[in-house]
Amino acid sequence: MLDNHAKLVKVIASSDGIVGRKKLQKIIYILKKLGYPFEEKYTFHFYGPYSEELTLRMEELTNLGFVSEVHEQKSNYYQYRYEVTEQGEDFLTHSNASIPDVDMLVNDMTNQSSRFLELVATMLYFDDLSKEEVEQKVQEVKKKSNYTLEDLEAGWHYIQTLKNQ
Amino acid sequence: MAYKDEKLHEEKVFKDPVHRYVHVRDRVIWDLIGTKEFQRLRRIKQLGTSNLTFHGAEHSRFNHSLGVYEIVRRILVNFEDRPNWNKEERLLCLCAALLHDLGHGPFSHSFEKVFKLDHEEFTKQIILGETEVNVVLSKVANDFPQKVADVINKTYKDKLVVSLISSQIDADRMDYLQRDAYFTGVSYGHFDMERILRVMRPYEDQVVVKESGMHAVEDYIMSRYQMYWQVYFHPVTRSAEVILTKILHRVKQLYEQGYTFKMEPTHFVSFFEEKVSLEDYILLDEAVVYYYFQMWAQEDDAILRDLSYRFINRKLFKYVEFNPNLQMKEWMELYRLFNQIGLDPDYYLVVDSSSDLPYDFYRPGEEEERLPIHLLMPNRELKELSRQSEIVEAISGKKRTDHKLYYPRDAIIQLSDSQPEKKKIFELLYQTE
Repeated sequence: MLDNHAKLVKVIASSDGIVGRKKLQKIIYILKKLGYPFEEKYTFHFYGPYSEELTLRMEELTNLGFVSEVHEQKSNYYQYRYEVTEQGEDFLTHSNASIPDVDMLVNDMTNQSSRFLELVATMLYFDDLSKEEVEQKVQEVKKKSNYTLEDLEAGWHYIQTLKNQ
Repeated sequence: MAYKDEKLHEEKVFKDPVHRYVHVRDRVIWDLIGTKEFQRLRRIKQLGTSNLTFHGAEHSRFNHSLGVYEIVRRILVNFEDRPNWNKEERLLCLCAALLHDLGHGPFSHSFEKVFKLDHEEFTKQIILGETEVNVVLSKVANDFPQKVADVINKTYKDKLVVSLISSQIDADRMDYLQRDAYFTGVSYGHFDMERILRVMRPYEDQVVVKESGMHAVEDYIMSRYQMYWQVYFHPVTRSAEVILTKILHRVKQLYEQGYTFKMEPTHFVSFFEEKVSLEDYILLDEAVVYYYFQMWAQEDDAILRDLSYRFINRKLFKYVEFNPNLQMKEWMELYRLFNQIGLDPDYYLVVDSSSDLPYDFYRPGEEEERLPIHLLMPNRELKELSRQSEIVEAISGKKRTDHKLYYPRDAIIQLSDSQPEKKKIFELLYQTE
């Protein structure tokens, strides 16, 4: 029952919580692109790959009380912190949904900035193109983000690191 | 004259119940409509299983695609001499509007879930692959098919062009809300589109709405809200979709187990093996799917036979409200009881959430992930809609989710009264026979 929900709860449970909706969106997308069995459908939005299904599923999980969503006020902006609740842990004990161990990957990604994960997710979105084409496309669709050549290089390096894990 | 500029000798019109007429003057558009890939959309219903709830909902993706094209055409007439608008993008917008749903297959949502497909990927393949559509688009310019694919995929460099086809207030939604309302026969879904079109303005990289048109946009948002809960998330439609999804799961499982079908499911083999070529994909339309369902209703496998029979003859599952948090233990007990009475709970006891449907509803920008609707104020400032409109704000802040438990009530009722499981199941479902 609710296997796709359970997989998300497992991802959140594998770290000390995920801060930021955008970060969560990109982490699940990157995991999906690495071959992990997530079924949330992604399309390209103004700020990279985005899943409406994931947004709705997270809403359901918070409404059900399996995940807590805490609104954190920062100096000039706010963000959401997601953590698994006791009820969520109980839900996992009853669930048959399984995904391979993602703890290391998720922990690594939670330590990256949302901006960087957005870049990596966007690069992966165009992974059917050549390296040069990907870089050109990223600059084209994310003009306002002003990613530098160094950022792109760091992105390629990070993708390789993730694939090697 | 270059092909891209060619006009038909006489304007062609399609009678349309929503927009009255769809007008075509461009040769390219006329040629695209005539391609076999576009004509295929006639054989794919816009609302999938909704016709089992609203019997009028038999309209196709062909109708809708023409409607989206017509709305964009009218917007562009209004944009023609406005600042910020590049007239050179006109044909690109019209083609993207017409072709935006080209990759949809029959009952897309269920098929995509079970066979891990993505209709947007197929839209791209049809536009870029060896197809009649690609031949027409390539005659405009070598890079034109790629541009059309990029607009539909939302990766085109000019975001203003993208937002006409895909944004919180776009031609796609404006058409399907009105068209679905018309064909389902519900009284929701109506709004003053003419007014909205008149107050839309190109503004840097997005389409905005003049503040004076706010009330028309409020009406549009309300229509969306009501259509989602009254039509798209209707529990009976969801019941049909649950059964459809389970049929596909079952038939795939049987294929993987080496089951001998009475009739070889030739059209489905590449779907089962998750190696669907563009050719296979285009061949599968609703007529083919229904034919197989008729055949499967006579199969030896009891589950496939029963589910197919249910779908074809509208013997749907009943439902109860369900809270997966508070009723976890009940669900586990039901699971055990269903096994005991010989009803496989993996097929006959299904929790479904309304958000599994591929529709979204209005929520203003979350961490700037999605572009909200902006109002253009008299001083040329932009204001986000829900900050100006109390009505929209009220809907935006309201989170609503819905879980239901679907089960074959008829099969439980048929159990002998002396079977203790029967009473127990109904007690757990909070129902009495």
